Amino acid sequence: MTAVTLPPASARSSARPSALRAGADYLGTVVRHLAGNPSSAFGLAVIVILIVMAVFAPLIAPQDPYLQDLQAVLQPPSAAHFFGTDEVGRDVFSRIVYGSRITLTIIALVAVVVGPIGLAVGTLAGYFGGWFDTVLMRITDIFLSFPGLILSLAFVAALGAGLENAIVAIALTSWPPIARLARAETLTLRGADYVAAAQLQGASAARIIWKQIVPMCLPSVLVRLTLSMATVILTAAGLGFLGLGAQPPLPEWGAMIAIGRRYMLESWWLVAFPGGAILCVSLAFNLIGDGLRDALDPKQRKGRH
Amino acid sequence: MRLTAPLTSAGLSAIARQAGTILVTLLGLLVLTFAIGRMMPVDPVRAIVGEEADPATYQQVYEELGMDKPVYVQFATYLGDVVRGDFGTSLRTGQPVAQDILSVMPATIELATFAILFGAGIGIPLGVWAAVRKNKPTDHVVRVVTLLGHSMPIFWTGMIGLIVFYAWLGWVGGGGRVSDFYDGMVEPRTGFLLIDSALAGDWDVFRDAVNHLVLPASILGLASLAYITRMTRSFMLDQLTQEYVTTARVKGLSKTRTIWGHAFANIRVQLVTIVALAYGGLLEGAVLIETVFSWPGFGQYMTNNMLTGDMNAVMTCVLLVGVIFITLNLLSDLLYKVFDPRTR
Amino acid sequence: MDRLMDIRDLSVTYGRGPGAMQAVRGVSFTLGRERLGIVGESGSGKSTIGRALLKLLPTATITAERMDFMGTDLVTASERRMLAIRGARISMILQDPKFSLNPVQRVGDQIAEAYAVHHRGARRAAREKALAMLEAVQIRDPERVYRLYPHEISGGMGQRVMIAMMLVPEPEVIIADEPTSALDVTVRMKVLGILDRLVRERGIGLVMISHDLNLVRNFCDRVLIMYAGQVVEALPAAELGAARHPYTRGLLAAQPHIGGDRSPLPVLRRDESWKRPLAEASA
Repeated sequence: MTAVTLPPASARSSARPSALRAGADYLGTVVRHLAGNPSSAFGLAVIVILIVMAVFAPLIAPQDPYLQDLQAVLQPPSAAHFFGTDEVGRDVFSRIVYGSRITLTIIALVAVVVGPIGLAVGTLAGYFGGWFDTVLMRITDIFLSFPGLILSLAFVAALGAGLENAIVAIALTSWPPIARLARAETLTLRGADYVAAAQLQGASAARIIWKQIVPMCLPSVLVRLTLSMATVILTAAGLGFLGLGAQPPLPEWGAMIAIGRRYMLESWWLVAFPGGAILCVSLAFNLIGDGLRDALDPKQRKGRH
Repeated sequence: MRLTAPLTSAGLSAIARQAGTILVTLLGLLVLTFAIGRMMPVDPVRAIVGEEADPATYQQVYEELGMDKPVYVQFATYLGDVVRGDFGTSLRTGQPVAQDILSVMPATIELATFAILFGAGIGIPLGVWAAVRKNKPTDHVVRVVTLLGHSMPIFWTGMIGLIVFYAWLGWVGGGGRVSDFYDGMVEPRTGFLLIDSALAGDWDVFRDAVNHLVLPASILGLASLAYITRMTRSFMLDQLTQEYVTTARVKGLSKTRTIWGHAFANIRVQLVTIVALAYGGLLEGAVLIETVFSWPGFGQYMTNNMLTGDMNAVMTCVLLVGVIFITLNLLSDLLYKVFDPRTR
Repeated sequence: MDRLMDIRDLSVTYGRGPGAMQAVRGVSFTLGRERLGIVGESGSGKSTIGRALLKLLPTATITAERMDFMGTDLVTASERRMLAIRGARISMILQDPKFSLNPVQRVGDQIAEAYAVHHRGARRAAREKALAMLEAVQIRDPERVYRLYPHEISGGMGQRVMIAMMLVPEPEVIIADEPTSALDVTVRMKVLGILDRLVRERGIGLVMISHDLNLVRNFCDRVLIMYAGQVVEALPAAELGAARHPYTRGLLAAQPHIGGDRSPLPVLRRDESWKRPLAEASA
């Protein structure tokens, strides 16, 4: 069932192909568990909608998000414009639909960068210890001594405003908690008997970390990563709102709110709908993260009875 | 309460180690702020001399600022300045950054303090209540509310609040600390409008200031409310399963007295930590809320500096935030050690 | 000997419908100014009885034909009534002072509170009583111990504090739920001796809940043997040798004694029939 070719060496266990299938099975179980619980099912549904919106944006959005219509500025929601129009007549609904692409890009890029890096830094620091660990932990401490948004702000200030820089800044602020978590897990696992057994058998550090420690860290890291995504969305929107993230005319939800602010007292729809979208997606990640935590890591029940 | 100072050699070396860690973190913080300052896309020389300056003037200012020297020398100079309390001059206002910050801080402190009073004042009882009624409808409602509070973009909530409570209902004042009418009426003695207007006996301004403080403070408090409620609930749930709670009931104490007199007494210390951390977290929200409400505080100051690329100001702001956070963390650790009889 | 408690057909049920679990089934007994031991293994329902008598089982349904305490019917007693009864008239000593004492309150204050709850406005008197009680449980230097926190005292001292706490409001009945199980063997006898003396001096009715048959046999006047929520046998402690129910006989046979024969002790074999409801009640 898998395209992975078995390596000829007998040293490698034939676990590779079945590991893939085990992984797929596992994923299936997790998804089913999430779908069973009403709150995480809702979260899952929202994320699916988000992905569908992003992928099929041209089909879903009734209009071009950049198309201005100065005859129809600041129209309240109607049949023609589900979410109304903004100050230059652009259809808010279409802008939100296209904005989902930006949101999805941000989430995907940050997750893909932060997950592996945080995991790597954390496990390496935890496993090797010594001054390596101390240095890395001091660095994460410094990063952790800031609230996320402010650190991101600082980085964006350093790099210059813009969506790409905002993503970099957010990624830079999101990896430390993951690293800390991975390190904590590694420290617990480092003393485990099966790790000692592998060491005695002559396994290299890389092999032990990759095969023994990382799989055990994965559940809690995944949970934390999912929950972090909720914050990432809020931070990205915050940066967009402050004018330091995505720049107009990009239909990023935070930036939309920033522009809509000027007219919000009369035209509430400029602000309500983009914010509502942000809320939904952030909520969805929180719900999925909580559901994942119950599914993957029942011992992490602290704080969630 | 007796405070027994750990003057043993073990105690002292622990303190020394802690101090060392803090110093290293602070140093790292300074490196970070220095790096951020140097990376900023705005040319500080150009900002001073202007666009039309000739190369000679440019070179002169360049050397004056010490930018021709190697990086580590510049860093050393920066370190020296910081230690001496010289945080440079703001490119935007032309004033010393330290002075600027001091003038905007009170507004933020006023906002944050009321926000935390709101957040903790409601959050703690709510958390206790939810824990006592675990899994009953009340608990579920509280969990939903905290989840929403956690997922909301706070600037959006602020705006919706303005739309509903100011534009539609007219219950509270709009943006700013006071209405334009009262702006500048009261002499800024402490910088805290409520205190200043009370001292001056100007109750109209006081009322107006409160009117303008209520909405941003409660919205800002919402974020901390979600966190505080959730943590309080969690702590209380842990305590309610403990045997000493049964003992209290056996003695004939009512449920209420047991909850507040015994169980709650056991989480007081943890709550102090939580509230301290939440207070720090408010800084983040303050940045956004101050923009929404045109509140002339530190948050807005910092954002403006970043938008205009005011290097000295940005570096100092970032440094200050880091220091505040580190201090709050330290303080909560300390409070924990001091007040928990088990750690003595 | 006056009758302090008269319990008839007490049942405690958790949950409702088909999944409901009966922790205690149709238990009946009386208690005078004597020591009644309730012996059973884990899950026999013995600890549940203690809490049921004080109505401290919020998630369970307590039913009984009669639960009479000196003229008051506990089944229908309101929470308000129970608040006046708990501590002042019926008290309970819990098992492990590491957990049963409030970690952030001084032990003396916890004892004083037990008195002050039932005597409003008597703060100073409560303190005096607490100190007197600390002396009564043979704690030397009561002034010093009064100010200590639970984590600063040993297990034996902690349990003596618990005894002091539960005796200071001068109740008529004390339920001791595994009072020495968490203590070192060397300390057990001493603590039991203190409890013994105090109960005897004040004419208190004691219900001693334990899994240790030998302990109960030597300490109590009468014994109830419990299995799967029911009382399978009730008899005076002195007559335990003549016990008739196979479970009791099994328990007795499994006890080691010094000077006894060296062959392996018989393993108690449980019979399913013991779980079925008993035909006759006993007291």
